[in-house]
Amino acid sequence: MSEGPQERSYRHGARAALPLAVAVFGFGLSFGVLAPAAGMSGAAAIVMSITTFAGSAQFAAASVLGAGGAAATAILAAVMLNARYLPIGVTVAPWLEGSVWTRLLHAHLMVDESWAVAAEGSGRFNPRVLLAAGASIWTAWVLGTIGGVVFGNVIGDPNRLGLDAAFPALFLALLAPQVRDRGSGAFRGLSLRGRLPLAAALLGAAIALVLTPFTPAGVPIVAAGAACLLGLRREPATS
Amino acid sequence: MSTTAVWAVVIVTGVATLALKAAGPLLLGGRPLPERVTGLVTLLGPALLAALVAIGTFADGQRLVIDARVLGVGVAAVAIRLRAPVLLVVVLAAAVTAGARALNG
Repeated sequence: MSEGPQERSYRHGARAALPLAVAVFGFGLSFGVLAPAAGMSGAAAIVMSITTFAGSAQFAAASVLGAGGAAATAILAAVMLNARYLPIGVTVAPWLEGSVWTRLLHAHLMVDESWAVAAEGSGRFNPRVLLAAGASIWTAWVLGTIGGVVFGNVIGDPNRLGLDAAFPALFLALLAPQVRDRGSGAFRGLSLRGRLPLAAALLGAAIALVLTPFTPAGVPIVAAGAACLLGLRREPATS
Repeated sequence: MSTTAVWAVVIVTGVATLALKAAGPLLLGGRPLPERVTGLVTLLGPALLAALVAIGTFADGQRLVIDARVLGVGVAAVAIRLRAPVLLVVVLAAAVTAGARALNG
């Protein structure tokens, strides 16, 4: 069977995304279990996975709601967590062609994982790999959420199973690669030099803990976003 | 939390997320953001994720407490350090926390 470069790209994207899709299915299961436990209906959790398709932001919104925070606070926390997709989208933009709808589809399927898999180095991105990887990860995320919603009703109180600790552990796992030095390969374009991400993480955690006793739920998370102002202290440009 | 508020969160977050993802591909036509702005936005991820870790580990409503979650997240941190798969990390955190609670009665 002969296979053109396009088919090869789709196939490569799907294959590269497979281990990620398995993990994402697990996240989806946790979200499907935890979101209803945080006060969202199962239907709302599933629709959110279909439409928002951004794990950490969905967990953040759910945990703000679960802690009794206001809707606006939950939205703000989720939107701030997803703010990184603005520059990520810009990095991919030169490689996306076609109609508005095609580009919207690529944009929707662009998450951290599919973006990383689609990177070909030196700022090049393969839109077909992005599409194939994004589609498998999206499918895993949505199926996982549905499974979690159904499964969650069977297993009952997630706290008994320690699922409330799964939240921070998951965020820690998502955080770790962002504070590691990754100045090569796929992330070269957006990599931050030095320890700035780690400093922002520590400052963000400190702000959140200090504010927790004094502010409504959710506010400490949003306020922690101010730690990104560390980025104003630019090191000398390295061009 | 009212049903209306939950659906408002779902819909507004979904629209806002797609807007953030699609802004570059639809509007900018590949023009990069000023480096200063990119630097700020990219630091938001670590700052907010770390805040979520801290609050998820230590906050009980508006109180700060040390309970079984600290053990679970601590074990998760070790597993992440050892480059364990994310799924295993999450399962370990839940299992250790559940185990500590069971032992504590």
